[in-house]
Amino acid sequence: MASADPFEDVVKSRREEGFAEFEPTRKGLWGRFHEALHTTPALVPLIVLLAALVVFGVLLGGKFFSPFALTLILQQVQIVGVLAAAQALIILTAGIDLSVGAVAVLCSVLMGQITFRYGVPAVAAVPIGLAAGTAIGAVNGWLVSRIKLPPFIVTLGMWQIVLAVNYLYSRNETIRARDIETQAPFLQVLGTKFTLGGAVLTLGVVLMLAVVLGLAYALRSTAWGRHVYAVGDDPEAAQLAGVDRHKTLMSVYMLVGFICGLAGWVMIGRYGSVSPSATTGVIGNIQAITAVVIGGISLFGGRGSILGAFFGALIVGVFELGLRMSGADPQWTYLLIGVLIIAAVTIDQWIRKVTQ
Amino acid sequence: MTAPTPLLEAKGLVKRYGRVTALDHCDFDLLPGEILAVIGDNGAGKSTLIKALSGAIRPNAGEILLNGSPVQFDSPNDARAAGIETVYQTLAMSPALSIADNMFMGRELRMPGLMGKLFRKLDRKRMEDFSRQKLAELGLMTIQNIHQPVETLSGGQRQGVAVARAAAFGSSVVILDEPTAALGVKESRRVLDLIQEVRARGIPIILISHNMPHVFEVADRVHVHRLGRRLCVIDPKQHSMSDAVAYMTGAAVPEGVAEPV
Repeated sequence: MASADPFEDVVKSRREEGFAEFEPTRKGLWGRFHEALHTTPALVPLIVLLAALVVFGVLLGGKFFSPFALTLILQQVQIVGVLAAAQALIILTAGIDLSVGAVAVLCSVLMGQITFRYGVPAVAAVPIGLAAGTAIGAVNGWLVSRIKLPPFIVTLGMWQIVLAVNYLYSRNETIRARDIETQAPFLQVLGTKFTLGGAVLTLGVVLMLAVVLGLAYALRSTAWGRHVYAVGDDPEAAQLAGVDRHKTLMSVYMLVGFICGLAGWVMIGRYGSVSPSATTGVIGNIQAITAVVIGGISLFGGRGSILGAFFGALIVGVFELGLRMSGADPQWTYLLIGVLIIAAVTIDQWIRKVTQ
Repeated sequence: MTAPTPLLEAKGLVKRYGRVTALDHCDFDLLPGEILAVIGDNGAGKSTLIKALSGAIRPNAGEILLNGSPVQFDSPNDARAAGIETVYQTLAMSPALSIADNMFMGRELRMPGLMGKLFRKLDRKRMEDFSRQKLAELGLMTIQNIHQPVETLSGGQRQGVAVARAAAFGSSVVILDEPTAALGVKESRRVLDLIQEVRARGIPIILISHNMPHVFEVADRVHVHRLGRRLCVIDPKQHSMSDAVAYMTGAAVPEGVAEPV
């Protein structure tokens, strides 16, 4: 009785016609290039970075292409580089963090003030500052994950709160570099310089590289990293597939707070002094977002790599130094960076297209 | 005549959402090795029933028995740990991640030894080999690129990967929610074949579907859901599709069942 009109029988007999063939359909050089970009999102910023290096190298010659100048770029991007790594993590979860720069400044102020106001040894003040950053990250993460507030709003508020606390707590006092040098040199330890065959590096640069490479490893090769991508891609799907969305988001926001604390420590090494009015507090977030976007990380989450964000920060550094050395008006830097941001997002849209 | 012990059984499940009663003392049973179809009109409470069985919601009352012993699922992970895998209508996959990553989402394998313990390094090779093997077992892949992001697959291929994931880890029950709703004729056919291949390996299947020809083709028994409870269970060999539709819409009342008012 159950036998209905056998209208589907025709496909029963002829169904070997490629139901699940995984053969790449589009071949050719262009198709392969598109596929390579799709699977290796850090490729675009890397190409842009190398192209920028070549162009400035040709224009400026040995003056630019020296180990000294090239490592100067690394020194100049060390703060933004660390902040960009933090920002990239948040953006991978489809969030955005406007408070990264402010948290970094507050952490540097805490490290300084705790040492100088309460006489706590610097070796203990640094971990306290890092813990404070982690705690602020935890508050952000809890508001985003549990209360389900938009990350933009949460961190917009947190940015203002942290900046205000920073001024109120420090009474707008700057701790001078000379005082830190004589009384608490450990605070400046990341500014320690060493040379490596003409290249001048600081421990801060090494820390930045360690943070970037460590995160790149964790995102690529651990379950946690896969979960970060899955939550950023489609939180409902990730949850149903067995990923703890809340735990993943909390871990990301807390880690980001911690990395911002590291950025604060790097700041002391870079500037020597501790100042609550450091510009990082106001523009650090935008600098970090710029690096991340130029680095090809999708603002919609789940796509991109931390190396891309690092390359993005380097691209900005190369443009700044190259244009300055060639005597151009600094406004050209901003103009070109603006162009790069729009170009990066355009390319991102194109890469996201799977088939054409 | 003794009926075999149900593998998965629910007794008197109640679930209320505010003033709406989605499940009204609903009973359910799934026998070992069978394909049980669950049909019902929109809003009859099929999804709520399935969510209760797969741990996505907690019923207000009633009990669920697995292999005769009561179980309580507080999360989908609890049900999964008990060997109940669900293929959701949305498939629950991350489009940007690879087939292997998606197969193992939430239960990744780590490298043995120090690399796994200290650095928590994933054992990519083991996961990829396993995924490839599972897909091949279900006859799913001719040319295999396990690294391919799921978003590059067609709807049918995605469904295939989702079914393979459920079959690979579902040791006691596989639940499929509308697996053919979004597919074309040819792809639906392949998924129906897959369902039978999974059953052939001894795993019972709960199939939720609106497609009567599909239900009548593969199901051993059909659970008709109406107004938040099981109206009846019919044998597709004894009843016609028109009967089933009449029962589930209330146009007819099966013998021996009093229509709730």
